[in-house]
Amino acid sequence: MSSMLDEPVLPDTGATPPPPGKPPVQVPKWRRDLRPYLLSVPAVALIIGILYPFVIGVIFAFQNYSAQTTRNRRFIGFENFQQVLTPGGTFFIGHAAWVTVYYAVLATVIETVLGVGIALLLNRSTIIGRIFEKVLILPLMIAPAIAALAWKFMYNADFGVLNHVLGLGTFNWLSADTALYSAVLVDVWIYTPFVAILVLAGIRSLPREPFEASSVDGAGPVYMFRRLMLPLIWPYILVAVIFRFMDCLKIFDIPQVLTGGGPGDATTTLQVSAFKDLINNGQYSRGATYMFILWIIVFITARVLVGVLGRAQRRAAGAED
Amino acid sequence: MARRELMPGQKRLTPGGVGAEVLTVLWFVFSLFPIVWLILLSLKSTEQQQNTFFTFTPTLDNFRFVLFGQTGSDLRQGLFNSLITSAGAVLVSLIIGIPAAYAAGRWKYKGSDDLMFQMLSFRFAPELMVLVPLFIIYRQTGLLDSSLGLIWVLQLVTMPLVVWILRSYFQDLPPDLEQAALLDGYTRTQAFVRIALPLVRPGIAAGALLAFIFAWNSYVFPLILANNELKTVTVAIATFQGGGGQIYYNHAAAAALIGALPPLILALSIQRYLVRGLSFGAVKA
Repeated sequence: MSSMLDEPVLPDTGATPPPPGKPPVQVPKWRRDLRPYLLSVPAVALIIGILYPFVIGVIFAFQNYSAQTTRNRRFIGFENFQQVLTPGGTFFIGHAAWVTVYYAVLATVIETVLGVGIALLLNRSTIIGRIFEKVLILPLMIAPAIAALAWKFMYNADFGVLNHVLGLGTFNWLSADTALYSAVLVDVWIYTPFVAILVLAGIRSLPREPFEASSVDGAGPVYMFRRLMLPLIWPYILVAVIFRFMDCLKIFDIPQVLTGGGPGDATTTLQVSAFKDLINNGQYSRGATYMFILWIIVFITARVLVGVLGRAQRRAAGAED
Repeated sequence: MARRELMPGQKRLTPGGVGAEVLTVLWFVFSLFPIVWLILLSLKSTEQQQNTFFTFTPTLDNFRFVLFGQTGSDLRQGLFNSLITSAGAVLVSLIIGIPAAYAAGRWKYKGSDDLMFQMLSFRFAPELMVLVPLFIIYRQTGLLDSSLGLIWVLQLVTMPLVVWILRSYFQDLPPDLEQAALLDGYTRTQAFVRIALPLVRPGIAAGALLAFIFAWNSYVFPLILANNELKTVTVAIATFQGGGGQIYYNHAAAAALIGALPPLILALSIQRYLVRGLSFGAVKA
């Protein structure tokens, strides 16, 4: 830190110097206090603008609004919730919720394990690693809808390249039993690099001394990873897990493009299901009810995970001292 | 040769490390194979499109067809629509987002955390929660299939990104710099425009480009709100079947590559800033 007497040096940004001798402008305190609020006004307006349809959506969930009932639309209380939450009912949410959570947990776990592994491999910094690091993010930057289309071609049972290369004959990647796993595989292909580059950044930000010290003490690589590196990069891993898990809970484009939610309802996640209700069936209220329940799931999960992240960050900060 | 400083966990190539190199190569075969395959497919003629061999006579006919053939106007229109709506969304996000990010990065004021978390919740909210009502509102007001309507919802993608990334850049900027400028007789606004803003230029560029990529790649928003004349490139490609009754995988592959190229090029140009951008500034690198 520079001493108080040092004159702060302005960076050279090409700005013209102010006229000399002009006294600092005095602004009344109340106007200074108001500044951050004024700067945030447009953003707040935008938030309110987006909250408006959100609130309308919540209202839909308590109405009987559909393309068929446009004229006698009315409030029906919790009837929609009762319908979609009654096990065995025609509109029971159970299957879609199960598909969604299963997909999210499976994809997040696989991507986290693989992502951490790839980060460790790339951190070795050999020639091969350095070359590949440049192209690591390519799948992540292709639109998931386009990536899903490419995989749909590769999955084709009759002339898809996967069966040809892997020698699987006419294995059906998109059958009722396999489609969900095939969708997760596309997710893994796209998003593992996301986990990997976050964790790699975490590893590269670590202090060197503890590792040198424990190396001198004769610690093996496994012990060093588990006892030293993992606690320190845990916050980075958690950030990746949070982003992946939350995004997977609202997955839409991959199952929609790959199979349209099928075969049957094998890959019908909550968002795919709500999309069907909205576009195909004109069931606005039921779609909104699905989304309201998904929103509650996402909201609670976010709260829990962000709390865990906060604790991990504090612990990692303490461990560094 | 100068010994390079090694980061924790790094090792020079040893016989035992060869296994690690093999694993690295294996991942990248898996990771790059679909892209390579897509490129090969896009270069195949229609007669060859269903064979799975890697040797064939490459042709650029598919690219010519999807861009200039009978259905070419669809893809061209899609590219144009994506460009207009993505750029529009980024522009609005910058104009609204930069002041908010500066306020959140410089001052701790009542409600600032709430505001930031409200923004972040956009990132995690299920899109259809908002899209169901917007679809109906837009249909009633004629905003369906309008670029204004699509730009408005794409804010859900771009705005939180821009604000959160730029906030972390403003936080890293020492307040002394602006203080010094104030002592020199700058007004607060001048200090912001002439000192702070130029110094976060890398952040603005990275945030804007990443926001553009996300807007370009988004699928569910244009699928529901811009399905006819305003069909964007992702929607156009996901339903791409080529001409006539037959399905032309080679045409679709060419179209897919054209649609994927802009984000790929932009991403490679901001690779240094990607970690911070993708993690919303939560991870600084």
